[in-house]
Amino acid sequence: MKYVLSRLFYSILVLWIVGTILFFMFRLMPGSPLAAFIDQTTTLEQQQALIARFGLDKSLFEQYLIFIQNVLQGDLGQSFFHRRPVTDVVMEALPNTVILTMSGLVVAYVFGVLAGAYLAWRRGTTVEGIGIPLALATRAAPEFWLGMVLLAFFSFHLGWFPAGGANTVGLSYDSEWERIFTLDYLRHLALPVLTLAIYLQGLPLLLMRSNMIEILQEEFVTMGKMKGLSSRTIVLNHAARNAMLPVATAFALGVGSAIGGNVVVETIFSWPGIGRLLVNAVSASDYPLAQGAFLIITAVLIAMNFIADMTYHLLDPRIRLAASN
Amino acid sequence: MPQATDTAGARSVEQRALARLPDLASAPRRSGLAAMAGRAFRAFWRVPSENAYAAIGLVIYALFVLTAIFADQLIHYEPLEILLNEETYQLARNLPAGSEHWLGTTYGGRDIYSQLVIGTRSALAVGITAALCVVAIGTLVGLISGYFGGWADNLLMRLADIALGIPFLPFVIVLASFLGAAQSNVVLGIALLLWPNSARVIRSQVMSLRERAFVEAARVTGAGQWRILFVHIAPNVLSLAFLYTSVAVGWAILTEASVSFLGFGPSNTVSWGYMLQDAYASQAMGRGQYNWFVPPGLCIVLVVMAGFFISRGYEEVLFPKLKG
Repeated sequence: MKYVLSRLFYSILVLWIVGTILFFMFRLMPGSPLAAFIDQTTTLEQQQALIARFGLDKSLFEQYLIFIQNVLQGDLGQSFFHRRPVTDVVMEALPNTVILTMSGLVVAYVFGVLAGAYLAWRRGTTVEGIGIPLALATRAAPEFWLGMVLLAFFSFHLGWFPAGGANTVGLSYDSEWERIFTLDYLRHLALPVLTLAIYLQGLPLLLMRSNMIEILQEEFVTMGKMKGLSSRTIVLNHAARNAMLPVATAFALGVGSAIGGNVVVETIFSWPGIGRLLVNAVSASDYPLAQGAFLIITAVLIAMNFIADMTYHLLDPRIRLAASN
Repeated sequence: MPQATDTAGARSVEQRALARLPDLASAPRRSGLAAMAGRAFRAFWRVPSENAYAAIGLVIYALFVLTAIFADQLIHYEPLEILLNEETYQLARNLPAGSEHWLGTTYGGRDIYSQLVIGTRSALAVGITAALCVVAIGTLVGLISGYFGGWADNLLMRLADIALGIPFLPFVIVLASFLGAAQSNVVLGIALLLWPNSARVIRSQVMSLRERAFVEAARVTGAGQWRILFVHIAPNVLSLAFLYTSVAVGWAILTEASVSFLGFGPSNTVSWGYMLQDAYASQAMGRGQYNWFVPPGLCIVLVVMAGFFISRGYEEVLFPKLKG
């Protein structure tokens, strides 16, 4: 328990430091942060008023204190481009990103774990000789390129899936739930999820395979063989279970890094998620929005690192004991 | 030199054990930097002959390096030259692959094959520089952190946690957009965030090396801390550093391609990411111009995969315990 609390405190500390780095990075940028707001028709007085309104006339340190205070209250400022609170814009995009990432990860990990266990079982065969280079190749393929090829083939060539977005334009829904649980949404979701899954499955596959190989050499497996259990039972019930532990940790870490890496997949498929929001905000010099989106992605990443740490801790008694000593 | 690689499995265990013992009188000097470098060099060439992954990876790398060196001789047109049809003086737009244009032309009337060849240069330049930076920082941090421990270790590992807490691709994008769209800024972003992985592994390796007898021996002979660290310990982690370099080249190339694809790369340098961005923006997918957007992606896959292959092959031979 003490360990959990100290890790939690530490995670929050890291988040605060990264947030601080972000604040100064965005503040020390060349050019005025108001550039997007000011056009030729703005008078000098209006400019002054804007500067005062955004608190840009205060010292950097004062601005920083206000920033921290606002973030703690869930206020991430006003988006220059959307002319709405950043928090609202980001929170609208976040569910789409979470759905995309989680679906992609679940597909990738279910496939990766099964295929990895299978490859470990068929060690030294032709299946392995083809499977491993193939897994390495999918990990080497840029996500956005995979997306482009899938898009060209399944969407433009065969016409099976829509080319982008999350919902067909013009349809309206009564609630957020209704929007998500429609066939239309799922059809839009299919290709981005497939892209993400192809890219992500390599890690659990290789991890699962090497863990399995290691575990199949351990004594309790020999024991099982001596008891006369079939190799299927041994692989599925005994070895696979133990080999899953590191994969579970990798999954949690994967959520954090995938949400950051989604930037390209979301852009390719015009998926209205937080990554695409960030790219557009950076392109449009919408600093408050870029900063807010970045901060949320960071928070998810650090939270997931923390959860990965905890699962690892809870699942493996050896580590639990080592820490308590 | 004792014959470490036994080919005849028929020999008895005793004979093999005897053969492993060095003849001290005639044995060459085995310590010192020159001998270590020699051993490392021999190990480097030995691995590809024993491991297919390493061999294939090195061959792919060699091909790309040769392409990059002789790119000027291999291209047919200037990569950014806008080509016109010689008879009609119309833009040579979206031509299919053929004998004139091996991979066809882009929407802007540029030769795809020439762009692909020239793109090898920027990919390798970014990949190798970034990988060297990442691994140099990682190795240095790992060495200092693992050897000295204490507050230095604490500080460096906390820094590593912070670097790992920053979302990687978004950070590189923001950096590239603020500091200017240049490949050096992409390299900077990669170097700033990717070092912790290699640092952590090298740190744990150094922590175990620190306790070995040869370090104690060096200390007894009066070697200073830094001398022990860089002369006696550092050479032993070089092969690990090499493994990380070959993988880091791949990550760097993928990152550069992603950043260029999102439009935050330099617009006057032809890279594979630039080509894919051009294809995407010109709706090559809608027209089914597979000859345009498939080859750059395949090249990225090949280079990055070659790095994975090399790392895997060397790992299997040099660190059989880590085998996976």
